[in-house]
Order: sequence, then structure tokens, then C-alpha cells
Amino acid sequence: MKFSRREALVLALGSAAAAAIPLPALAAVEQAIADFTGGAAVAEGGITLTTPEIAENGNTVPISVEAPGAVAIMVVAAGNPTPGVCRATFGDQAGAQMFGARIRLAGTQDVVAIAQMADGSFVRASNEVKVTIGGCGG
Amino acid sequence: MSDIRPRVRVPRTASAGESVLLKTLISHPMETGQRRDGSGNVIPRWIINRFTCEFNGRNVIDMALDPAISTNPYIEFEAVVDETGEFTFTWHDDNGDVYTDTQSIEVA
Amino acid sequence: MKQRRLGPLAAATAALALGALSSASLADPHPDAELVIDGELHLVTRAPAPEHVAHVFDTVKSGWLYRTDETRALQMDDFDNPGMLYVDRGQDLWDTAEGTADASCASCHGDVETMRGVRATMPRVNDNGELWALENYINDCRTERMGAEPWGWTSDGMKSMTALISLQSRGLPMSVQIDGPAAEYWEQGKEMYYTRYGQLELSCANCHEDNNGRMIRADHLSQGMVNGFPTYRLKNAGIVPMHQRFRGCIRDTRGETFAEGSPEFIALELYVASRGNGLSIEGVSVRQ
Repeated sequence: MKFSRREALVLALGSAAAAAIPLPALAAVEQAIADFTGGAAVAEGGITLTTPEIAENGNTVPISVEAPGAVAIMVVAAGNPTPGVCRATFGDQAGAQMFGARIRLAGTQDVVAIAQMADGSFVRASNEVKVTIGGCGG
Repeated sequence: MSDIRPRVRVPRTASAGESVLLKTLISHPMETGQRRDGSGNVIPRWIINRFTCEFNGRNVIDMALDPAISTNPYIEFEAVVDETGEFTFTWHDDNGDVYTDTQSIEVA
Repeated sequence: MKQRRLGPLAAATAALALGALSSASLADPHPDAELVIDGELHLVTRAPAPEHVAHVFDTVKSGWLYRTDETRALQMDDFDNPGMLYVDRGQDLWDTAEGTADASCASCHGDVETMRGVRATMPRVNDNGELWALENYINDCRTERMGAEPWGWTSDGMKSMTALISLQSRGLPMSVQIDGPAAEYWEQGKEMYYTRYGQLELSCANCHEDNNGRMIRADHLSQGMVNGFPTYRLKNAGIVPMHQRFRGCIRDTRGETFAEGSPEFIALELYVASRGNGLSIEGVSVRQ
């Protein structure tokens, strides 16, 4: 799938609007997190989220996340039109509680990862990714 | 690309109990369902919405995917291998189509 | 298209508009970066400038050097490189019989490895004295030998086939011929390279000679080398052929562009390719 310049602009404007009026987008993010955690408290630490500081193109941003001892990990993109990115549950044959993926980011925003640990507790990590809008189409 | 084709990379061999990195890629448009065509009609969502990997029938990872996953979805993860066996990779898309690939690994 | 020199003030303004905030121009953006595929195949991304561009550059550099760490990494592992999806598809097409002759590429050429070296000398003057790009040779086979329909220049079939054929030459130095029968086309391409197009009155040289290494908004301007094409662009999530990139550049000057596959673009392709003679063919590169 490709985005034309016009569509990219609409996406960018959408995320700018979300930044200006954060409530609905924020609500969607909070809702996605609450659906995953069941409203439980979420601590910091014990989870590593790796993202580029600057993404040359928001269409394909490599990320990876690792949380030793986790049973499941969810990733949300707080500034996308819909925040969900993916949720992974790990089986007995998992060699590590990690995965890497390439994701779409509609603009500069926070990427948030939340892990559910074996004891039922939750931890989170969050990184800002700056998405550049290039000078050149083509 | 119109045809949907999975690719996976699995090491040929491992030692017992070793954790190995698996890489997967499938050609797929991952249409978000938020775009409109030239006539203003919404292009229906068409994404890979679930990906799983099993080793000898036991679960390694089970993922739910949203439209924020890029075109030609790439996913990497680790699996522990305790015996010679076979990985099965499965992708499910919105049309109900299922794509699978298998790859064996030998434990020396 | 009219050529016009800008006055010093206008030129300075243009340079500012290009975001010339640093002295990065001409410097190697990632001096320690080496392009090694799968830990084995070393590609030449910096080469002594060919004689005909020695007045501009000491060293010619692949566009790979101008990309971020993450984008560069995607090209260093053939599994990570999504362009290989097109190579796989190209291999299927290579073996598929089509047309009135019920022939495949393989029927005549055998293994695709016999195509090694082809990409490195494209575009090349054919037996009738016309300058042809790889795409022209592929379509000539399709229509004349296979009795099949020609592929569109930017069709999936064509992009997959050029990806497959280019990969066979990966690691070979770009070495297009610019003298003899190619000379007139090369002069035409050179003329185009230095012609200012569009409402913004920009030539290829304004960005890729005068300002390479600087930022144009958030894009890092390269020397505009084409040794990496066809390239998998993250923006398009697909293969972008050289002429599609040319068209995008001219469109960005707010100019009327030439068509993909036009004699003008094939001549420009020859000239731009010749500037990178000595750089490795990267087969299917990955760019932003």
C-alpha cells in the first residue's frame, strides 16, 4: 500500500489535530491500554522498547520490544488515527519474550509498549519517534 | 504486489535448548480501511490480522495485528528448540485466507 | 526548456531554501559505514570519480551512505530487504512460459545467472543504434521472441524482472559505455542534467552537485547516483524504477515531466549512470 503526498498530508493533519485536541485520541489510547490491563496499575521498568529516534519514513518504522518473563506484550502508537499496533502472547517454545516488527506512524508521536508479566503485573515503556516529512516525493 | 507470498528464515541447525532468532516476511498490501479511492469510496480494510508460530505443534508466539503494521509485514522473534523438529508459520487475513510456511531445524 | 543563470542573491536564497544550515556538503555522511551484505559480499559505495565528473567530485558515493542507520541496515541482510519479495516474483516470471511461442525467459537464456553483468552496462546502444534501457531489452524479448504482451515500464511484472536481473550483477562495478555510438545520447543526457526545469528552475545539478550532503527539508540530498536501482522505497512500500524517480524529481521542480521509458529519460539514465561508473551495482537497494 502506498500513500500519495495528498494522503500523507491528510494523515499528518489528522495527527496535528490529535495533538491540538488530545482528548479523543488520548481516550482511545487509554481505552486500548485498559482493555489490555483490565485497569490494573502499570509500573515502569523491566521492559525495553527499541525505536529509531528519527524515522526517515513513517510508512516503515522498525521497532523491537523485549520484556523478560512476560506472557504478553502490547504496542500502541499514541498519535495514529487508531492507536493499536499489535499484541503478542508467548508460548512455551518462546526463546525470549521479544519481537521485532515494522510499523506505520502517522507523524511524530509516542510509541508505547506494555507487558503483562507472569505474576499478572504490568510494566510499560514509551519512546518518542520523530517522523520526518521528506523534501522529495517521487 | 498482488500475489501473497510468505518468506521465513530459520537456522538449519541448533544445539539442544538453544534460543534461535526467526525472521518472517509476507507480501501483503495491509490496506488500512481508512483510505478512499479516486471516486471517494472507502477502500475496504484488508490486513493480516493474526500471525502464529508453532514448533512441533507447541506455541512459540501468537500475535494480533492492527492496520498500523507496515505493508509486507515483517516479524522477528525467538524460539527455543529442544529437539529436531518443524516450525509452522501461519498468517490469517481479513478475507479469511490463511497462508502457511514450514521449516525444519536439526538439533545436533 | 530555457536555461537561465540565477543572480548571486537569488542563488543565495535558493541555497537557504535548500536548508544549507551546515557545512555538511560534500562530506561523507557516515564515514565508517561499509555496505556488506549478509556479512559476506562487500559492495563499493565510494569510488574515485570517473574522469568526466572529476571536476565536481573527488569521490562518487552511493545514495546508501546518505540514509539513516535503520534504513542502511535493511539493505545489509537479504532477508530484511523487502525488495527480495520482487526478486522471488521475478524468478517465477523468468520460468513462466508465455505468448504465442509458449516460451519463458529460461527457454532461451537458461539460468538467470547468465544475466550477470547486464545491469552494469545499461542503458546500452542496440544493434540499430538506438539507446535502450534494461526495460526495452526485456520487452523486446517479450514481443519479438515470446509473442507476449509488453510490460508497462512501472508494472509489477517489469519491476520484478528488473529486480531479478539487477541482482545478478550485484557487486559488479557500474560501467556504462559513453563513447562511440553512445556519445550523442550521453551528451543529450548531460545537457538535461544541467538544464533547469519547472517553475522552481532546478536542474539535477542544483540539488545533487551543488547541495549534496545538505538537507532539503528533512531529506538528506545524495549525489543522485543510480547504482542502487531498482530500489525498494519505504515511502512506496515497493520497488521504484529509476525513471519513476526521475519523474518525481522533475515533478518536484513543478515542471512538466517526461514519460517513463521516453528517449529523454533513457538518455538521462545513461548520463547519470556514467557519473557512478565504478560504484557497485546494489541490485535491489533500500531507500527511505
